[in-house]
Amino acid sequence: MGLGISGAPFAASKEEYLATKLSYVTDLIKQTENWSRKNSLWPMPFATACCGIELMATGASRYDIARFGAEVMRFTPRQCDLMICAGRVAIKTMRVLQRIYMQMAEPKWVISMGACASTGGVFDTYAVVQGVDQFMPVDVYVPGCPPRPETLIEGVMAIQRLVESEGLRSSTERGRGLGMVVEPTVQIQVDKE
Amino acid sequence: MSGTSAKPIQPVIDAVTAAFPDIDFAPFALRSRRYASEEQMCLRVPPDRLPEVMRFLREDERCAFEQLSDLTCVDYLEFPGATDRYGVTYGLLSLSLEHRIWVKCFVNDPEPEVPSVTTIWKGADWQEREVWDLFGIKFRGHYDLRRILTWEGFGAHPLRKDYPLRGRGEREDFERLGRDSA
Repeated sequence: MGLGISGAPFAASKEEYLATKLSYVTDLIKQTENWSRKNSLWPMPFATACCGIELMATGASRYDIARFGAEVMRFTPRQCDLMICAGRVAIKTMRVLQRIYMQMAEPKWVISMGACASTGGVFDTYAVVQGVDQFMPVDVYVPGCPPRPETLIEGVMAIQRLVESEGLRSSTERGRGLGMVVEPTVQIQVDKE
Repeated sequence: MSGTSAKPIQPVIDAVTAAFPDIDFAPFALRSRRYASEEQMCLRVPPDRLPEVMRFLREDERCAFEQLSDLTCVDYLEFPGATDRYGVTYGLLSLSLEHRIWVKCFVNDPEPEVPSVTTIWKGADWQEREVWDLFGIKFRGHYDLRRILTWEGFGAHPLRKDYPLRGRGEREDFERLGRDSA
């Protein structure tokens, strides 16, 4: 039908009219739910390397992830809904990461932060996972080595956009966004002489 | 590093050569910028004689190597001039007499095996497990020779020179977790 909060101005039949009215109400409830959810993300910091330092910097006062409602870092997965996988993951650690992911309560989202978590980075060896998305779901990839706090905040905002459209009809038709890439926000100036 | 190996090691070499006249220890000096060559000597010991030589090095009063400071291995595959493949290396330290010595034990494929020294130095336990894990050298008589760094079922010995850096598919062969399986 394709009718939602921004749906068609008129309905073809009485049934469709009523369904539109109903979906308006449920969408409104869902929107409110999503709005509160996206502004209180509780991240689970799975920081294994230098990306973790940038993650801490993002949480600290200068960049202040609290402005985006994601400052409540919890070290138990039971209380978290946003996994931030920051740093390289060895295969032995992958089992731990998967277990933590499974312990998180639904709904949950995953940020793969940095080159190592997303692709293995420079650690192309037998012991290092070449991208955590090979073995578990990832919603947003944050590029960088390590990413600047601004880039991570952009990643959190991308998660917020996902959360905002979660469960709404326009988004369920598209399916849940997977494989979204955040553009780097920092350009490196190279002097050519 | 000054002071860790101040005393000359020659009395130790004399003692061990006199005690085991049938073994050719072929002592040679380690050369590095850090150590004077007389202080850092290395002895070669055949694998089957290792336990008695090690026991002597620990218990003889001229040697008195109370501490096994290091236990590692070198893979000499395609090394220029090398005749044996693996060199299991023991670094011994005497705290009472303030001297050090290195002992090397050369073994070869297909089943490299040396006797364990865990009955002489308890600290050899995890070191031998590490060498077993990464080089695949069996320590006969070790009471708990399991892998220590890689996981059970890894099935390879990654520090061998002929092991590819990217592995043989171990990192790809792992349980996958979907959105519905959690």
